[in-house]
Amino acid sequence: MQTSLSGHALRKIVHVLVITVFTVALAFPFYWMVVTSFKQNVDLYTMENNPFVFNAKPTLDHLTFLFTQTRFLRWLGNTTFVGVAVVAITLVFALPAAYSLARLSGRWGERVGIGIFLTYLVPPTLLFIPLSRVIAYLGLQDSLWALILVYPSFTVPFSIWLLMGFFKAIPRELEDAAMVDGLTRFGAFVKMVIPISTSGILTVVIFTFTLVTQEFVYALTFLSSEANQMIGTGIPIFLVRGDVYYWGALMAACLIASLPIAFLYNLFLDRFIAGFTVGAVK
Amino acid sequence: MAVARAGIASIGAAHSPVLGAAMLAPAVLYILLLVAGPFLLAIFYAFSDARIGNTQLHFVGLENFRSILQSPSFRIAVRNSFIFTIGSQIVVIIASSILAIALEKPFRGRGTLRFLMLLPWVAPIALGAIGWKWILDSIYSVISWVLVALHLYKPFSAPMWLGEPQLAIASVLLVHSWRLIPFSTVILLAGRTAIPKDIPEAAAVDGAGFWRTEFLILVPMMMPIISVAVLFGIIFTFTDMTVVYILTAGGPFDSTQVLPSLAFTLGIQGSDLAAGAAISLTLVPLLVIIAYLMLRLAHRAEVT
Amino acid sequence: MAVVETRDLTKVFKEGGLGAVNSVNLETREGEFLVFLGPSGSGKTTLLRMIAGLEAPTSGDILIGGRVVNDLSPRERRIAMVFQSYALYPHLSVYKNIAFPLKAQKVRKELHKGKVEWAAALLGIGALLERKPRELSGGERQRVALARAIVREPAVFLLDEPLSNLDAKLRASAREELERFHRRVGTTTIYVTHDQVEAMAMGDRVLVLNKGVVHQLGTPAEVYDNPADTFVATFLGSPAMNLAELAELIVGFRPEHLRPRSSVTGEAVSLRFKVENIEYLGAEWIVSGTVVGGKLGGKKVFSRLTSAQDLALEGTYDFAVPQRELKFFDRSTEKRIEPRAVSWQ
Repeated sequence: MQTSLSGHALRKIVHVLVITVFTVALAFPFYWMVVTSFKQNVDLYTMENNPFVFNAKPTLDHLTFLFTQTRFLRWLGNTTFVGVAVVAITLVFALPAAYSLARLSGRWGERVGIGIFLTYLVPPTLLFIPLSRVIAYLGLQDSLWALILVYPSFTVPFSIWLLMGFFKAIPRELEDAAMVDGLTRFGAFVKMVIPISTSGILTVVIFTFTLVTQEFVYALTFLSSEANQMIGTGIPIFLVRGDVYYWGALMAACLIASLPIAFLYNLFLDRFIAGFTVGAVK
Repeated sequence: MAVARAGIASIGAAHSPVLGAAMLAPAVLYILLLVAGPFLLAIFYAFSDARIGNTQLHFVGLENFRSILQSPSFRIAVRNSFIFTIGSQIVVIIASSILAIALEKPFRGRGTLRFLMLLPWVAPIALGAIGWKWILDSIYSVISWVLVALHLYKPFSAPMWLGEPQLAIASVLLVHSWRLIPFSTVILLAGRTAIPKDIPEAAAVDGAGFWRTEFLILVPMMMPIISVAVLFGIIFTFTDMTVVYILTAGGPFDSTQVLPSLAFTLGIQGSDLAAGAAISLTLVPLLVIIAYLMLRLAHRAEVT
Repeated sequence: MAVVETRDLTKVFKEGGLGAVNSVNLETREGEFLVFLGPSGSGKTTLLRMIAGLEAPTSGDILIGGRVVNDLSPRERRIAMVFQSYALYPHLSVYKNIAFPLKAQKVRKELHKGKVEWAAALLGIGALLERKPRELSGGERQRVALARAIVREPAVFLLDEPLSNLDAKLRASAREELERFHRRVGTTTIYVTHDQVEAMAMGDRVLVLNKGVVHQLGTPAEVYDNPADTFVATFLGSPAMNLAELAELIVGFRPEHLRPRSSVTGEAVSLRFKVENIEYLGAEWIVSGTVVGGKLGGKKVFSRLTSAQDLALEGTYDFAVPQRELKFFDRSTEKRIEPRAVSWQ
């Protein structure tokens, strides 16, 4: 659209300024994690040193420490294990439920759908106390299975939304054609709808996994020993010995734990938004 | 063909209540067991004297609620919960509105920048918080170093960002806002791109300048999406204990405690399940209001 | 009321690529209804948007009412635009939609009511003022869009295919309303469409565009009866003009001019013609088939007749084209040339 020439230049400057300020403000902590991970302790803890440059040579000491002297690798393994298990459980429950709400349920289905949505408003910080007793009662305290049991309670509603939107976009004629060819409705669901929904399913997998890695309250409440931690709890709690924070290793760990998730999340962002806004505002 | 048509009718048309229920039931049951069940249990505990380790339980009526209402740390927690939630939402709405406008039109590097700007939201909460803890460290804070280098403070006299109550509150507010801005921006962006291109063009032809177009046309059209972003933002902040737990552990001297972190401190660390349950239940009234608002929003969206 | 002029107006979207609009020169007449006609991708919408100020030209000038407006924003050009989707503000009532341009131009509040009611009355939508756009039918929305356009009493109206979103039946009545509206208001109007029927019916003059280049600017009669080149000749009229290559020329004749020999008087060219398809459309017949023998042998041609009862599929008949209805085009430039003598056998 046309504006006067000077107005145009001014707009551009403001635009660049806004983008720069926000990018710096939002991404700085992560940049800082990178810098801290590779700075020698001597450099980090000397007050007079300019923190923005490497006053001593960059070092891999922190990374070595992280991978050999701490349980970091084990935590990564724990998180992956829980993630995979929770994703599997979530898909088993959410796929049929989402299909049912998208296709089969009619009026009462909408009510149930809203009910499922409302469970999102019951936060872990409300349920964690009674759940801690339930977990203890089941003998699952300090076990990763406690998380595998409980996490689907929030990954399933979220996944149902995402998938619902996705299924609704598939034309009904597809299943109708399959049924004319002799499949039952459930058969059409399994043999036709699921195979063409791979991108929606992949989205659910990615987002469920990120929900698992981001969770803190349940992991903190149910797990206690150092060996059984998830990366979300192990890093902030167990990379501290007494009152001493191993900042170098800590920052390295944060970075390693955050970046791959961020990368995947970014790839599937558009679907996430679609699911969010479709599910919430119908 | 006639056979096939009869076949379809018998298999099930748009509504197959039995199959629908069967496919939905497992998920519903799971959720009921793991959400409704514990919720009821929480209410039960709140009216009892449950403690970790005790096998006996007695009904104590409103005793728990009475005692927490009188406790000063509870009142501070309530105050803080609202300060953090409302304060961060204000910051987030303003910041994400500006950012959404700036990111709307494509430009070189927008993809990479989007990735960078998403990091606060995507990184696990605890890890982002710990990153900030390092940046706000009482001795080695990089912010302090910059302020000293600019001669705004004498060396070693920079403020204790997490050590002085007012500053600690500001720091927690900052971290909450920082985390939510990407989420809110992304949702607002989706709302903006959903507006047909010819609406702002019509406004331009009609004579509206930038501000008028924004506030009279675009923002009103985006109200449903803005509401979604705000309501979810409120939930995420109000019910979060992680930022406070990691950044300040509720300190200094309980001055940054919030309801969820207080519930954790008393209920799990202090083994007083009943008190913890009672405190966490005080989250419910606000959540009910939010739930009502969201339902109204969804209903209105259905009508239009 | 003003005259819109473009001088060598060009718009290139990709560096080194083909221009969407190439060196277009045009000048409207005061108060005329000028139609930009062309297929999609012809640049007609881009041209309109540049006149509106929604796209910046790559080179060339745009003048409205005699002054160069290249650097003026849309609001400063005193134009009004009706978009294909009408672009009504969904959250505002009809009244507020119409009042919006007044508000944006900071017209005093006391004056709003009078002007809105005047515009609404002009379009017969006085009863709809409190409704919201989603409650209106397609035709009603068009009227609201027009009211919003006229309330500012602009110098020029720009309309971007406003009828294309309406269903066929509604289109005819909406078209008639637009024509009546223009006669009442008399503002210079530029109307973009790909539908040649609309162009012929509504336009005082038609600007025929293809690939960003103007092929002809003339009255409907001129572009139909005297097309400047083969593109104009085939774009207007349905079915399209029959074209055939003959020696170093291209010869054309319209389907309605290809009739049974017996009904053609005066100097004419004979064509023997085998019928392959007959379509009965109620008011007329479309007959197509292949020419038998002569220089045009094997060519598929169309004929438009008011009666075809004597014709049978697969039958061969003697048809003819009056000599004066033949159009001649240069084979390499495809431009129209003076009639020549040609041998048809």
